[in-house]
Amino acid sequence: MKTIHEPSAEMIKDERIYAQWGLTDEEYRQISEDILGRLPNYTETGLFSVMWSEHCSYKNSKPVLRKFPTEGPHVLQGPGEGAGIVDIGDNQAVVFKAESHNHPSAVEPYEGAATGVGGIIRDIFSMGARPIAMLDSLRFGELDNERTKYLLEEVVAGIGGYGNCIGIPTVGGEIGFDPVYKGNPLVNAMCVGLIDHKDIQKGQAKGVGNTIMYVGAKTGRDGIHGATFASEEFSDGEESERSAVQVGDPFMEKLLMEACLELIKDHSDILVGIQDMGAAGLVSSSSEMASKAGSGLVLNLDDVPQRETHMTPYEMMLSESQERMLICVTKGSEERVKELFSRYELDAVNIGYVTDDGQYRLFHHGKPVADLPVDALAEEAPVYHKEYTEPARIQQFKDMKDFEPIVENAGETLKQLLQQPTIASKKSIFETYDSMVRTNTVVGPGSDAAVLRIRGTRKALAMTTDCNARYLYLNPEMGGQMAVAEAARNIVASGGEPLAITDCLNYGNPDKPEVFWELWTSADGIAKACNTLGTPVISGNVSLYNETNGEAIYPTPMIGMVGLVKDLDHVTTSEFKQAGDKIFSIGETKADFNGSELQKMQLGRIEGELFDFDIDKEKRIQDKVLKAIRNGWIQSAHDCSEGGLAVALIESAFPKELGIDVSVDIPKEWLFSESPSRFVLSVKPEVAKEVQALFGADAVEIGEVTDTGTAMIQTHNDQMELNVHEAKQIWEGAIPWLLKSKV
Amino acid sequence: MRFAVIQFPGSNCDVDLLHAIRDGVGEEAEYVPHTADSLEGFDGVLLPGGFSYGDYLRSGAISRFSNIMSEVSRFAEEGKPVFGTCNGFQILVEAGLLPGALQRNKQLHFICKTTELKVDNNQTKFTSKYQKDEVLTIPIAHGEGSFYCDDDTLADLKANNQIVFTYASDNPNGSIENIAGIINKKGNVLGMMPHPERAIEDLLGSSDGLRFFQSMISNFVKETADV
Repeated sequence: MKTIHEPSAEMIKDERIYAQWGLTDEEYRQISEDILGRLPNYTETGLFSVMWSEHCSYKNSKPVLRKFPTEGPHVLQGPGEGAGIVDIGDNQAVVFKAESHNHPSAVEPYEGAATGVGGIIRDIFSMGARPIAMLDSLRFGELDNERTKYLLEEVVAGIGGYGNCIGIPTVGGEIGFDPVYKGNPLVNAMCVGLIDHKDIQKGQAKGVGNTIMYVGAKTGRDGIHGATFASEEFSDGEESERSAVQVGDPFMEKLLMEACLELIKDHSDILVGIQDMGAAGLVSSSSEMASKAGSGLVLNLDDVPQRETHMTPYEMMLSESQERMLICVTKGSEERVKELFSRYELDAVNIGYVTDDGQYRLFHHGKPVADLPVDALAEEAPVYHKEYTEPARIQQFKDMKDFEPIVENAGETLKQLLQQPTIASKKSIFETYDSMVRTNTVVGPGSDAAVLRIRGTRKALAMTTDCNARYLYLNPEMGGQMAVAEAARNIVASGGEPLAITDCLNYGNPDKPEVFWELWTSADGIAKACNTLGTPVISGNVSLYNETNGEAIYPTPMIGMVGLVKDLDHVTTSEFKQAGDKIFSIGETKADFNGSELQKMQLGRIEGELFDFDIDKEKRIQDKVLKAIRNGWIQSAHDCSEGGLAVALIESAFPKELGIDVSVDIPKEWLFSESPSRFVLSVKPEVAKEVQALFGADAVEIGEVTDTGTAMIQTHNDQMELNVHEAKQIWEGAIPWLLKSKV
Repeated sequence: MRFAVIQFPGSNCDVDLLHAIRDGVGEEAEYVPHTADSLEGFDGVLLPGGFSYGDYLRSGAISRFSNIMSEVSRFAEEGKPVFGTCNGFQILVEAGLLPGALQRNKQLHFICKTTELKVDNNQTKFTSKYQKDEVLTIPIAHGEGSFYCDDDTLADLKANNQIVFTYASDNPNGSIENIAGIINKKGNVLGMMPHPERAIEDLLGSSDGLRFFQSMISNFVKETADV
């Protein structure tokens, strides 16, 4: 049996223990002098340290997030709740959010990724929505070392392990590889749910005397970061500290999800509010629920279901044990809730009640252990306006001569590009995810966007995750615009009208003015693109401090976008359908190689001034593509991005192993240019004229689909002839080969 | 015909089976919880895919002890139709209603894709609407689907025409003799790893699974009507 001696309030002050938990001297002064008028005790200091962390309070990123448009005629819920909600008509709405789990995944990739999936799913069903799809966005270092291979394999296994078991299809995503992510991989997960308007919930604890109930898994010591300051004595001298990484149990979450959805659907008369116990667990969920409702709260910690013995209030409040939810129900209805959850073999326990005094009070062993104004905890963290400075590299890039690639033989260059892991087929990865469960997946992984039908209607939802961080590294503002634009391009190519976005803003240490500048300016770009494309930011998260040995990752704002496909007839995939169809190149191709896959392949790095991008032109082209799709003219549509026109063309030929006969009025090098705002379309020959007329100068008919199984591409200075089947094998085999080859 | 779709804790293809019956073939289907005691009023039992009890310990190993399973066994003994797909197949094998065992896939990871499935035996009440050796497009989604049995059992399965489905082109999981689905000797309990309930609509890629359920309905209903 161990005894725990928590430092006294005076010791916390004198030894500046708060600083080791991340609170600054000034923050500690504010808490003790301005807010409490006394020194906070050990538990209280812990509560403030997590609630005032960047992760919970967004104290560094708030001024950045204010730039984003968050409203729109169809937005039912913007940022601030578990997830955002967008109306899709017929009294239905789509609910979605993305979240990062980068640091846990760097330490323990399987559980880090799995609990990332579990957490974002809880955010969706806490809103009352049935989760219908998962997507992800991953970044790793190069696959040239055993550690990175291990990280990739375990992250993928963790995503699949959780999603497959809980029975939510993983339908799309993207994976990129660059050396900057070697020590700090990015694991971003996005969940999409479907809801009837009447079922929309809020995370609130209101109504004096109403009951706070804890449902789901028991609380253990997992996920507690700061517990090292409690000096511990062990009689048996065994364990001293536990891992800080949470462990997921998708089976438990499946039960919890079904129980919560049943509660929401069938017992709306007694349910007042519901919220996930995610980051900072019990303290963040409970204080936010009370603060949002303008209430106070009393919690009796002796009643919190515990997996381990002798847990302290500090540990219980900060634990990030998974698969737990907090609900507020009307007084007297507790037995109904317990009966419901017991059918799922889950705990449902009264742990407190709502008050009207705005105080957040915790009791343990009959004694008060915390007594704080709840708004101070949940709402009043200081907001910092960080300094920012343009990094020196930006000017250096502007001064550089544009990169000029060397292409001897376009076919050989294309084959090399197809083996680059960022471009290579991710089939060997996405085949380990159940992408079809619940039988709504019309277009699964591998096309531009995933498409899920909405049962009982003619409508469907298109969804995608995108970000080319290399562009942001060269120019965060333009790159931010382009990330949103690419996501929208993928939605449009699939037949959808972009509705809104969620994001995971992954950056380095914001205390560095150069890093904060990246965040600051890229947010301008994202905001501008969102305004032009009509896609407000309805949810998201911020992940800062992604650095290894002082080196930041590329600024990587992952954009998750959902679009509405108005009729199933509009669903469009990227693959060429049949010989004889005419191929159009949409948008302008120029010598745009700075930041391109070809530059990285040939130079081993990214540099130079980013090429031009015009969001208004992008919008114009996207609108026309969507119009052409809705007119029924389009057989296939594919976003032209990494690797350029040649890669887009051959990727469209791969699924059916058709051939192409194409002639383009450009030099061979430009086949690999990454000029923005481009699509590759194939159309039935009888509508080629209409398509040309619709697009005007934005479209060039470049050839046709053939049944030869050969890709023939004629340029000014090259005649490429490539066997599509062989190229496909190279493309599909690249990642399995990289993973298996010994270093 | 009225089908029971058994819901074990962790079943997740229950909704797919329900829709396949109601929307696909237009018959009745209801969920029945694992705690139920009776299958009274049902003409057929469907065991869905998923991860019952998280597949902890071993797929299907805990579910076979569910309250409803003794009733499912009784139902099977009476000659009524019992069908298990994926995790449902694993449960039927664990419960001893079908022979053999399902091991981890040869690649040691989960695999989800569309497979080509050959109808080896169309002389069953589940497959009569298919041609013999017809190749169907049916998805798989499993981590432990590699069918295994000893030589005597295999000889028995062959002798009695109990091998109903095999993987036609490539064997996705290392199953012995490419076996994807088998039937009991009596011909009323069928288990398979692929998901015919995911192949009900061309919109989602294939409707080859429709005739599976249509076969069940016409053959088993006829029997009930004769009684």
